[in-house]
Amino acid sequence: MSEPQHHIKLAEESLQKQTTTLNLGPTHPATHGVFQNILEIDGERVLEAVPTIGYIHRAFEKIAERRPYYQITPLTDRLNYCSSPINNMGWHMTIEKLLGIKTPKRVDYLRIIIMELSRIADHLVCNSVIGVDTGALTVFTYVFQLREMIYEVFEEVCGSRLTTNIGRVGGFERNFTEASFTKIHHLLTLLPKGLKEFEILLNRNRIFMDRCIGAGPISAERALNYGFTGPNLRAAGVDYDVRVASPYCSYEEFDFKIPVGTNGDVYDRYLVREGEMWQSVSIIRQALEKVEALEKEFPDQKHVFYAPEADHFHLPPKEDVYTKMEALIFHFKMIMGEIDALPGEVYHSVEGGNGEVGYYLISDGGRTPYRLHFRRPCFIYYQAYPEMIKDGLLSDAIITLSSLNVIAGELDA
Amino acid sequence: MGRPVQYNTKIKIVKMPDGYTGEGFFATSFDKVVGLARANSLWPLPFATSCCGIEFMATMGSHYDLGRFGAERMGFTPRQCDMLLVAGTIAKKMAPILRQVYLQMAEPRWVIAIGACASTGGIFDSYPVLQGIDQVIPVDVYVPGCPPRPEGIIDGILKLQDLVHNESLRRRGSEQYKGLLESYNIQ
Amino acid sequence: MTNEFIKQKLTDKFGEQITNWEEPYGMLTFTVPAAQNLKVMQHLYDEETLRFRFLTDLTAVHFPDRKGEELSVVYHLHNLVDNARIRMKIFVPIETPDVFTASQLFSAANWMERETYDFFGVNFVGHPNLIRILNVDEMDYFPMRKEYPMEDPTRIDKDDEMFGR
Repeated sequence: MSEPQHHIKLAEESLQKQTTTLNLGPTHPATHGVFQNILEIDGERVLEAVPTIGYIHRAFEKIAERRPYYQITPLTDRLNYCSSPINNMGWHMTIEKLLGIKTPKRVDYLRIIIMELSRIADHLVCNSVIGVDTGALTVFTYVFQLREMIYEVFEEVCGSRLTTNIGRVGGFERNFTEASFTKIHHLLTLLPKGLKEFEILLNRNRIFMDRCIGAGPISAERALNYGFTGPNLRAAGVDYDVRVASPYCSYEEFDFKIPVGTNGDVYDRYLVREGEMWQSVSIIRQALEKVEALEKEFPDQKHVFYAPEADHFHLPPKEDVYTKMEALIFHFKMIMGEIDALPGEVYHSVEGGNGEVGYYLISDGGRTPYRLHFRRPCFIYYQAYPEMIKDGLLSDAIITLSSLNVIAGELDA
Repeated sequence: MGRPVQYNTKIKIVKMPDGYTGEGFFATSFDKVVGLARANSLWPLPFATSCCGIEFMATMGSHYDLGRFGAERMGFTPRQCDMLLVAGTIAKKMAPILRQVYLQMAEPRWVIAIGACASTGGIFDSYPVLQGIDQVIPVDVYVPGCPPRPEGIIDGILKLQDLVHNESLRRRGSEQYKGLLESYNIQ
Repeated sequence: MTNEFIKQKLTDKFGEQITNWEEPYGMLTFTVPAAQNLKVMQHLYDEETLRFRFLTDLTAVHFPDRKGEELSVVYHLHNLVDNARIRMKIFVPIETPDVFTASQLFSAANWMERETYDFFGVNFVGHPNLIRILNVDEMDYFPMRKEYPMEDPTRIDKDDEMFGR
C-alpha cells in the first residue's frame, strides 16, 4: 500500500506545537514604522519575540565620511526626524567643541528655545500615538494642531518644517525675526491650554489607565544594563538627564525638574513625557526672559546670532555674498567643503527626544570627518523590546512599542 | 472647553460630466462616470517608512485633512486600496516587501512616490538605498521635496485624481500597459 | 572623580598593560591589549570606587595605514553616580579581528557589537548571536571599511565622463 497523499504540507512537528508563530511587520500599521517582529504567541500571550531591523538602513556613517562638515547637518536631521533641531544643534556643538568655539549667551538661549520646542513636538507625537494605539484617536487630531504651530516657528526661523537643518556652527544662519518671537509668545499661551486638554483626555481616563498600567515594564537595573537613556530610563526611576549631568548650551542656568517614574511601564513613560513637556514650556519661558533681560542690558546684543570666533566656519550673509567679492569666494569655498577642521577626537552628547544622542567624531584635519559615529538611543534601547513584552499580551506589545518611541530613522541609521 | 458645532456649508460638489439630460434620465459615457467615482474615492495605502511618513501623518491630521478629497479611509491592507503612497526611503532590504505589497493590490492601482528618497534615492546615494522606487514598481506621480510639505502631498494626490479621472477604461487591458508591467516582471 | 584618580586605579591593577594615556577634550582615553578588554571592563564595573556600569557607546574605526592594528574598537563607558566618562580602545589586526564580547557584562553591547560586526567585520568571540543586523544578509563584505565605496554600484544615471561620480 502506498502512502496516502496529503494536500496540506505541514512543517515537521507543527501539529504537536501548542503555540502560534505570528509575523508582525515590517509594514504592519500598528508598528508606526518599519520594524519586524516574529512573535511566538500562546493565545494572546507573547512568549518570544525576534526583532529584525535595518529596513531603512541608509549608511549615514559611510556618507558622513565623504561629506564636508556642513553637509552632515542635513544627515543628522534624518536621524530622529521628530526632533531634528536637537540633532542639528548637537552636531554643531560637536564641531564647536572640536574647534574650541565658545558661543555667546544669546545664541545659547535661542538654541534652547528651539531645542525645547522640538522636544515638545517629539513628545506630542509619541504620547498621541500611544493614544491612537489604545483607541483614543481624538487626542491625535487635537495634538497635531499644536504641532503645526511649533512647525510654524521653525519655518519662521529657518524656512523648513520637519527636517530643519537649523543653525550653523557657532550659532544661527540669521537672526530671529520679530515675527518668530511673536509666534513663540503666542505658542506659549496656547501650549499650556492644549497640554491641559490633552491631560484631561488621557491622564485619568479609566480605559487608558487600564490599558497602560503594568504594560511593558522594565526595572531600573535592567534598563541601565540595556543602555536606556532619556524618558524611557527616567520612567524606570533613574534621574539621568544629559542636560543636568553634563550641561551644554548654558542649561546649568535654568531651573527645571526631571520627572521620573517608578515602574517603567507604558503609563510611566507616558507621564514622564507629559511632565517633560511642562518643564520644556517653563524652560522656554525662562529662556525668553533671559534673552529679553540680556537685550535690555546690552542693546547691541540684539544682533548677536553667532559666535564671531566661528567666522571661518560660518557662511557669510546672503547680501554680502551677492555684493562683495571676498564673501562670494568664501561662500564658494565653504559650500564646496574646502575648509579644513582641526585634527582631534571628540565625543559630545545632547539630550535628544529619546535620550542621549552622542556624536563620536574623529577628525584627521581634513575637509571631512575621518570617522563619525552616532550614538543613537533608539537603536540601543530597542533591543530590550523582546524582554519587555515577554509574557504580556499582544496588544500590550503594540503600545509598548509606541511608548518606547522608536524612530525608524534613528534605529537603522 | 465647549466647542459649538459648526456646519460647513461651503461644500464643493464635482462637476457633472457632459451628457444628454431630459426628464427623468441622464445619459453620458461610462468612462466618465467611472472616472468620476474612482477619482473622488481613492483609498490610500500609506507605506510610510521615514521622515516623509511624518509629513504624511500631518497631511492626514486635522490641520491639512486629506479626507476633504475623498481619501478619508486609510486602508492599511493592500487588497482594499487603490492608491499606494510610498513615503520615505526604501532600502534594498525593503524593496521586495514594497513589491509584494504592490502585487497584492487589486487593479486598478496607482502609486505616488512621496519625497526625494522614494523618487530618486534623494540625498542617500549610498549602497543600501534603492535609488528610486520606480526600479521595482511603476509610479504614476512623483512628489518632490525632502520631505514635501503637506500642501505638496495634497497637490500630488490632486494630480493623481486628474489622471484617474481621465483614464480610459481600456487602459488596464491594453498592450502598452501589459508591456509596462512586463518590464517590471509583473505578470 | 578625577581623571588622575581613574588612571591611578587602573595602573595599580594593570600596570604597564594599559598604554596611550590621553585626555582629548577632557575625556580620559587609553588603549588596552585586545586580550585584556573584558578584564579591564570587569574591573571598571566591579571596583567600588570606579563603578563604570553604563556602556554609552561601542563602535569601531578602520585605519588602513596602521599595519597589524588596522581595526580599533572604541568603548565609551560612563559612571552615572560620579558622572565620569572614559574612552577605552583596543586594536586588532584586520586578518584576525577577534575581540571578546562585552555582551555578558552589558546587555546593551549585544546589538552594538552586531552592528560593529556588520560594518567592520570585527569578530566578537562569545557573542550569542553574531549575525548582520542592518545590512542585508546576502552582503559579502564589510561596507564601513575604508576601501569600499559609498555609492550604489548599480546606479547608472550619475555616470559622467567629465565629472565622474
